[in-house]
Amino acid sequence: MKKILLGNEAIARGLLENGCSFAASYPGTPASEILSSFLQMAKAEKTPAIGEWSINEKVAFETALSVSYAGGRAAVSMKQVGLNVACDPLMSSAYTGVKGGFLVISADDPGPHSSQTEQDSRMMAVMAKIPVLDPSTPQEAKEMIGLAYQISEEFEIPVMLRPTTRICHSRQGILLKEIPAPSLASGFSKDPQRWAATPRYRFTLHLQLNQKIEAIAEKFGKDSFRKILGSSNARRCIISSGVALAYTYDILQELNLKDEITLYQVKMPYPLKAKALLAEIGSFEDILIIEETYPVIEMQLAMRGRLKGRLDGSIPSQGELVPDVLVESIRNFAGIPEGKKGLIPGKARRPTLCPGCPHRPAFYAIRQALPQGIYPSDIGCYTLGLNLGAVDTVLCMGAAISQAAGLYYAYRMNGEAPPIVATIGDSTFYHAGIPALINAVHNGAKFILLILDNSTTAMTGNQPTPGLEMLADGRTGKAVAIEEIVRASGVQNLTILDPYQLESMIQAVKEADKVTRSEDGGISVIISRHPCLMNLSPGQKQKSYGLEITGDCIACEICYRDFECPAISLNPQSGMARIDQNLCSGCGVCVQVCPQNAIKNNNSPQRGQRTPR
Amino acid sequence: MQIAITGRGGQGVLFLTRILTECALRLGLEVIASETHGMAMRGGSVISTLKVGPYRGPLVRSSQADLILALDDGSIETYAHLMAPTGTMILNTPGPNSSPAIDATGLAAKTGSPLMANLILLGFALKQKKLFCDYSLAESVTGDISPERFREANLKALQVGYSTGNAEGQE
Repeated sequence: MKKILLGNEAIARGLLENGCSFAASYPGTPASEILSSFLQMAKAEKTPAIGEWSINEKVAFETALSVSYAGGRAAVSMKQVGLNVACDPLMSSAYTGVKGGFLVISADDPGPHSSQTEQDSRMMAVMAKIPVLDPSTPQEAKEMIGLAYQISEEFEIPVMLRPTTRICHSRQGILLKEIPAPSLASGFSKDPQRWAATPRYRFTLHLQLNQKIEAIAEKFGKDSFRKILGSSNARRCIISSGVALAYTYDILQELNLKDEITLYQVKMPYPLKAKALLAEIGSFEDILIIEETYPVIEMQLAMRGRLKGRLDGSIPSQGELVPDVLVESIRNFAGIPEGKKGLIPGKARRPTLCPGCPHRPAFYAIRQALPQGIYPSDIGCYTLGLNLGAVDTVLCMGAAISQAAGLYYAYRMNGEAPPIVATIGDSTFYHAGIPALINAVHNGAKFILLILDNSTTAMTGNQPTPGLEMLADGRTGKAVAIEEIVRASGVQNLTILDPYQLESMIQAVKEADKVTRSEDGGISVIISRHPCLMNLSPGQKQKSYGLEITGDCIACEICYRDFECPAISLNPQSGMARIDQNLCSGCGVCVQVCPQNAIKNNNSPQRGQRTPR
Repeated sequence: MQIAITGRGGQGVLFLTRILTECALRLGLEVIASETHGMAMRGGSVISTLKVGPYRGPLVRSSQADLILALDDGSIETYAHLMAPTGTMILNTPGPNSSPAIDATGLAAKTGSPLMANLILLGFALKQKKLFCDYSLAESVTGDISPERFREANLKALQVGYSTGNAEGQE
């Protein structure tokens, strides 16, 4: 039976069809739906497979790995920058190896669309010396999981599956197979020289790892390389992998080049069976390699001078290999003239915080209270505080707090520091903010930290955080309160406020600045707490006001430019602001923002009258 | 057939993508679609592309789209380059337009479900017979994949778009 599935759902289905007993993840685009789909499907199919949203990718990796140590089939999924966080256990687990099949799913984001980097997880697999499979469609991603578990168990090695955004977020008819009982843990067998190896034994483990990777290339390398299109008398060939292969296939068909160019797919870019591959392609006059995003296949073939690809500039070194980019590269390669230039794509609308988003008044308050401040921030919806001029740095998960400390030290060496106001979301705080906060308190840094607590991981689709009792599979767990962690970290000055109370929030930021600057001041923390409007349960509607612009409006632009509410814009006819009632959430914060008192509540708040978008 | 569905985050581009991919599956056609998730969904421009037929890659190249369903008239220029010379753009906009157009947002507000503009636009496009599937198939798929509490309103919106398409067609 075929069913339309999102690529991430196909991957989740593939895990269940291959007996995965435990999956862990931390949400991150484009990988987020893998874990939630895994648990939903497991529940629907009544299999005993379980899983969790972990606090971060390192914890997710180590937890899932240990299920494999005990003999169960397991998987960990994350986005590519999440693999950076899990890099430590990744490198070491390649040495220790695994028992039950262990899959590392790292979703790359060429473009990038929702990430800080375009890094290629396949390169991480090369560094760790573990095999990596590179699917070109959602269906293939599902099929590869069986092979991945086979390799993983036969060679006792972690195996990586590397989908990209266009695999994760593509929809396709997927052939479903039966879901067997999961392959549960058989029990942990003690073997200290392996699981607790000291450096002396690590040398042996490294030797074994090298033998494994060579044996895997030997056994699976040939089947991983196959001809997709083309006749035997073609003079040129293209070697490709991942979704770039799918586009290349479409373009060769469209340009009717399939007799002139032979197309090969590489399913396992590492380890390659390079000798066999070179023997197959050696007779072609011209060879082009198309892969995302780094030249992983190209570098292993080591045929400088004969290969075209990223290293000689035939394929651009950055950016997604979308069909519009590839068609020009393929035309050049085939020696056919450039296509007709059509319209140039227009500028896309920039994303904004939603109407009624509680982060908006929090950022606005920071700007109002301390306009001369420096504002380190972090990864999440609230990165969009950029639009309000209240985000100055975005580096990686948790960095807002360590960077606030670093900025403070940088200025302290020169004398007086400007106000430093860091912002971090609740989920990001749990993920990587806690050690940074303890470190900053311990070392005597002085800054203000706003924890933007909307009680969810909003950007990636509202996954639960450790601050809630709800677990990934719907069970009830123990909530770990942010304020308790903050106090336990040694923070003396803590305020908890609803940012919808704009004036109180502005005062609280000013007060925090005073306390922080005092002789024995340190870090002041404000927990800005209001639930995400995208995450309200049906019974949890918030007060909604009927808002209207009155004739007192002088188009000062504060509500739609400085406060940046997407529901308010300039009405060119009247020369005044106007509210789009389809977008307005009725939060009423704009009433407090307007210096002219030109926004009126038409009605007193009515509970649950309007469903927030 | 290559289709692009464009709009702003929150307008329901993904739901239309789900309906159309499911329609293709039920017709026994091969289909692959690409969606926008993540940060752009926060009110930014979003696009889904759908390729029905023997394609492997999910993205539509410039000048190849047979049909564009545009939910946001403010982002027409962002995606107009995708349309084939022989293609059609079907537009949600209040004013008159050279392309087939319907005030889906206005109609949705009138029916009391401002978030259903997406289905009104789809109903309208089905009446224009620009899709690979017909109204009755789209209707039954919409009924099947709608969450219980939105089912009735979704089907109503599809119907509103379809019957408005009729009136426009007679002009």
